[in-house]
Amino acid sequence: MNNRSLNEMTKGIIKENPTFVLVLGMCPTLAISTAAKNGFMMGIAATIVLIFSNLLISLLRKVIPDRVRIPCYITLIAGLVTIVQLLLQAYLPDLNRTLGIYIPLIVVNCIILARAEMFANKNTPWHSVLDGLGMGLGFTLSLTCIGIIREFLGTGSFFGMKLTGDIPMPTIFIMPAGAFLVLGTLMAVIAKIKDKPMEIKDCSDCPMNCSGKQDKEENR
Amino acid sequence: MNGDTFKMIIYLSFGTILMENFVLSNFLGICPFLGTSKKLSSAVGMGVAVVFTMAIASAATWVTNEYLLVPNGLEYLQTIAFILVIAGLVQFIEMLIKKFLPPLYNALGIYLPLITTNCAVLGVAILNVQYEYNLWQSVLYSASAGASFMVATIIFAGIREKIDFNDIPKCFKGLPIALITAAFLSMAFTGFQGLFG
Repeated sequence: MNNRSLNEMTKGIIKENPTFVLVLGMCPTLAISTAAKNGFMMGIAATIVLIFSNLLISLLRKVIPDRVRIPCYITLIAGLVTIVQLLLQAYLPDLNRTLGIYIPLIVVNCIILARAEMFANKNTPWHSVLDGLGMGLGFTLSLTCIGIIREFLGTGSFFGMKLTGDIPMPTIFIMPAGAFLVLGTLMAVIAKIKDKPMEIKDCSDCPMNCSGKQDKEENR
Repeated sequence: MNGDTFKMIIYLSFGTILMENFVLSNFLGICPFLGTSKKLSSAVGMGVAVVFTMAIASAATWVTNEYLLVPNGLEYLQTIAFILVIAGLVQFIEMLIKKFLPPLYNALGIYLPLITTNCAVLGVAILNVQYEYNLWQSVLYSASAGASFMVATIIFAGIREKIDFNDIPKCFKGLPIALITAAFLSMAFTGFQGLFG
């Protein structure tokens, strides 16, 4: 593996972490991170979809006409998500119930479409697979981190193991409000480390380049 | 109208907006919630567009599911079918409004395409099937889900316009303070739990 390949893979984990740096895929990040295990499994499911969607889109990048690329990508991704969903239903039914609606919603997860649009349709299949793997691992890592923090603060457990004994823990952290609170605080810590304020991405300059942007080009 | 239907209507509408808020307790549609809440006016525009699209999209996906997928045993194609129906429908509505209602298009046009990939729209379509709602319940539930997005985004935009004038630590500027604001908003909405006993 040469230097460039290694770089494509590792950049997604820290330098371009999809959750904390690119700020993509907020919905599953907030919803699923109630426990470390859920966050980890959600990350793995998204990683599998991401690797295969990057591979297929990169292979088809010269075949898909530019004007209809977004619908093509979405259909492709939806097919992959369906496969993952059926596999989960068959082999891990409990997990499928916990993750519930957020599994089919991987289709509209910005990370996957954003990587297709920003990376896979311009690069070779090998680099795209590595990019997907790196981004997926970055996403898994951040979901697991948030999951560990929320699970510990909210229930006093670590991957389901009770650590604090009988001390009552503030359950607010496993409630929806806790998700916003923990993620907001983590973002502030990262902004402090990077010494650069964290901007909110406006829909208009979102990397997703969905139909919103095409429209603007037409109007120009 | 008997008592049960009335209860169902109240539960589906107010219950969805206050107790099961799509943004603040189900985390659906977080991207547009953060992305379009910079100004109150854009929050209103996006909110109206979401209510409108969600109601129509849920009717379309309900019909697709009931008359196309279920009779042919194709339920496993649900995700693909729904996303294509929604994407096609949004494009179609956009063209229709552009042609026949130019003033409305100028007000809402820029928000419509953003909705295609909004997870709340696909989410509500899937939930309608999961909860086994009939057509009218689906449309009511989806419109209320859209309204819950609108309520949350408008309140949030109002607060964010005020935050801009406040002196907050540098590292909290932008996204962190927005997320923490959302946390307090979500906590406030938790107070509505058990509203209908």
